[in-house]
Amino acid sequence: MTVRIAVIGGGIVGACISRVLSRYEDLEIHLIEREVDVGWGSTKANTSLIHAGYDDDPDKYPVRASFCAWGNRLWRRWVDELEIRSNWPGDLVLAYTDEDIEMLKTLLRRAERNHVPEVHILWNREEIRRLEPNVNPEVRAALYAPSGGQVWHPVSATIAVVENAVENGVRLHLETEVRGIEVRNGEISAVDTNRGRIEVDWVINAAGLYADEISQMAGIDEFKIVPRRGEYYIFSRDAYPKVRRILFPAPKPWTKGVVVTTTVDGHLMIGPNAEDLPEEEKEMRETTVEGLEYVWNEASKLVEKLPPRRGIIRSFAGMRIEPKPKPDFIVKAYDEVLGFINAAGMRSPGFTSAPAIAEYIAKLLRDRDVKLVRKEKWNPFRRDIRSFREAGWNERERLIENNSLYGRIICQCELVTEAEILEAIRRGATTLDGVKFRTRAMSGDCQGSFCLHRIAEILSRELNIPLWKVRKSGAGSEIGVGNVAILVGDENEES
Amino acid sequence: MKRVDLDILVVGGGATGLAAAAKAWELGIEKVALLDEKPIVGGVLPQCIHTGFGLHYFGEDLTGPEFSYRLEKKVLNSGVEIYREAYGMELRYVKVDEKVVVASTSKGLREFHSKCVIIATGARERQRHEIGIVGSRPVGVYTAGEVQTLMDLYGVMPGREVVIVGSGDIGLIMARRFAMQGAEVKCVIEILPYPSGLARNIQQCLIDFNIPLYLSHRVVRVRGGRRVKCVEVYEVDRNLNPIPGTKKIIKCDTLVISAGLIPRIDLLREAGAVLDPSTKSVVVNEFLESTIPGVFVAGNALLINDLVDYVAEQGEKAAEGAVKFIEGDGFPAGEIKEVVRGRNIRLVVPQRLTGLGEVTLYSRVGRHEDNVVVKISELNFERTMFRVKPSTMLRVKVESSRVKESASSKVTISVEPKR
Repeated sequence: MTVRIAVIGGGIVGACISRVLSRYEDLEIHLIEREVDVGWGSTKANTSLIHAGYDDDPDKYPVRASFCAWGNRLWRRWVDELEIRSNWPGDLVLAYTDEDIEMLKTLLRRAERNHVPEVHILWNREEIRRLEPNVNPEVRAALYAPSGGQVWHPVSATIAVVENAVENGVRLHLETEVRGIEVRNGEISAVDTNRGRIEVDWVINAAGLYADEISQMAGIDEFKIVPRRGEYYIFSRDAYPKVRRILFPAPKPWTKGVVVTTTVDGHLMIGPNAEDLPEEEKEMRETTVEGLEYVWNEASKLVEKLPPRRGIIRSFAGMRIEPKPKPDFIVKAYDEVLGFINAAGMRSPGFTSAPAIAEYIAKLLRDRDVKLVRKEKWNPFRRDIRSFREAGWNERERLIENNSLYGRIICQCELVTEAEILEAIRRGATTLDGVKFRTRAMSGDCQGSFCLHRIAEILSRELNIPLWKVRKSGAGSEIGVGNVAILVGDENEES
Repeated sequence: MKRVDLDILVVGGGATGLAAAAKAWELGIEKVALLDEKPIVGGVLPQCIHTGFGLHYFGEDLTGPEFSYRLEKKVLNSGVEIYREAYGMELRYVKVDEKVVVASTSKGLREFHSKCVIIATGARERQRHEIGIVGSRPVGVYTAGEVQTLMDLYGVMPGREVVIVGSGDIGLIMARRFAMQGAEVKCVIEILPYPSGLARNIQQCLIDFNIPLYLSHRVVRVRGGRRVKCVEVYEVDRNLNPIPGTKKIIKCDTLVISAGLIPRIDLLREAGAVLDPSTKSVVVNEFLESTIPGVFVAGNALLINDLVDYVAEQGEKAAEGAVKFIEGDGFPAGEIKEVVRGRNIRLVVPQRLTGLGEVTLYSRVGRHEDNVVVKISELNFERTMFRVKPSTMLRVKVESSRVKESASSKVTISVEPKR
């Protein structure tokens, strides 16, 4: 008999759960996302790092501690299977004071207990400088974790995972908001959405910032999600100096601190700060002068030199998740409401842990007598959109030969071609942001001022909508208010 | 990869590139090609539907499309080959008479082997993050060029209530453009204590349309969810920092950024040309040749100009330089004089002189000053000026003989108070 499962939330956690469950026979999996695309909630605010796993205290936060290093191992395979652009430069946690050095020793002990491979402390400044020439010369010691890595962008990683899940039979419901969860005789029976009712046997709550509300809908009220804002700066690819490793300060109990990294794409990135906001401010993604100044100052302490400020091409803020009362993941099934599973409270290292959490949830289902039989024809692979920029000259020549639109550069900063943009649209991008996270178009120095209109033109043509109605993100983000004559009342004017 | 052999390759089909290609052909060079990334040449000119172009170059007041069309016609009537929708991705120096540019076109990659290359790739606009505007990142924040493209090439109205950042000419012209199209232009905000645009544009674009200009003000924050709702504006002190307590909230759905341009010189940078941080471009000599022999730069890729007329003039100058380079098989090595920035000079182009050609110095001052003398003491050059200001480029012509005859190893341009 088919078991019906609703996964609420198309962030990285819901995506990974969907993919893992798509491996099994006789499951009908519904991935429900309220936005027009996946990964736009707290996933988007992620620093893109795949943490090594030495940070989490196994005594205080056993769930986090158990998932992080496991997730790191899984991601190594997943990025290959799914062609997610990534690299593994390793982490350096830098110590400047006696207190910091004590912290490094603590982290080393945690690394051992969490089974993080090859972590060690470097006591020799020269050795640290060899690993990271741009390190602050006052550094006294550093914890080196070679397994630390990063993906290009957490949203595009989420897209990759979801594409593969859908390829394997998962049903994706976009612009679908859960309004209620039906529980009958102590068992899950359906979810109600703005687009109708979906009958299910299981609900897996991966609703990120709103996981507390979803949990309450099922009658489980045991935690709150507090939004924690983090702000970042990104520099131009031409801004130097960069860093070779992922640099961390010695962590504080509430945050890993401001990180300095060179992204997979070659841009120096610094951030985030950590600022708790009131519960009702979950959508407050504004950057602030104070927050960015803090980020700048903290980042300055890690390196010998930051690039000049004029090299900054973007600042952004994202909302992270902080579960209360306890800052640990909530990954469990409930006897009070049969069929309900929380995958909630995904604070850091949630992105890293997501594949491991998904595997664990498969185990939870198995423990509760859901028969999980591997499909014979599960496809673990997903091809990325072939990037013109990444290709060598010979391959570029072949790409254009096979599809002349590969010869038409649309985004000059990132060398994104019309062929890639069309492929992004074919794969489900309906907005400018959707194109951006699938192709990197508009993420370079000019931030789209040269190509936004050309990409909008392609979207308008392919989606068959007027140009001004092309959206940046969701409803209400149309690039214009009408055709140019709308405000002067031209008689020929229409939508 | 298909190979194309050339004498002169012009990269970029805006005013600079068109003028350069036409001039090169006019001077008798036969194998000239022009690469342009768009289906329509002209760079930003086709979207500049206002007048004010060509008073110097054509002796007439033209619109952007008219100016562009005239230049394009010159090129079309010549033997210059135009490659449209072709994007130069790499520039390599091979030897004195051979440079390679690899370009992508929809017919495949092309490898141009050319004796000379003229880089005419123009500039890009500074965007909101580069001028430190914080807040949310909704739709409705555009650069001035972007809204101009949307309105006048694509027929899209970006918004109803507009705030403009920056009183440079592009900002002023877009303020008027929005007003003419029925939008409510709330104000133009300028961080400096004086406007940056031409006086005629202040009159014709703002005063004539009752659009207020807030000098010494700055947009600090954008607010809004999916679309801009308002901006927070502060008065600034002498150091351009916001003064606490001066916050004004201005409701709008569109924020237009007109905060200056940055030369696009990726090809030159990656090829290893020596850079000049003051122009954000490369170092050139009086032929507008970069430090890579036979690679010339002109127009807004070289320095940000006030008028398209100067841009076209530089294109021609670079073409003349390239022709001279080809005729002489490179420029003879000789003593090079550095051009030094003296008192109140923020930037100057060219940065070095060979003494072999006529010199046009383009320069900008660091600050406003009245009753001054522009001096190049080593060349015995002096020009009295009633006023200099950062937004108006100084343009000084000097005969090559004066440079050659000067015994000094450097040339200093400065602005001195008039005695």
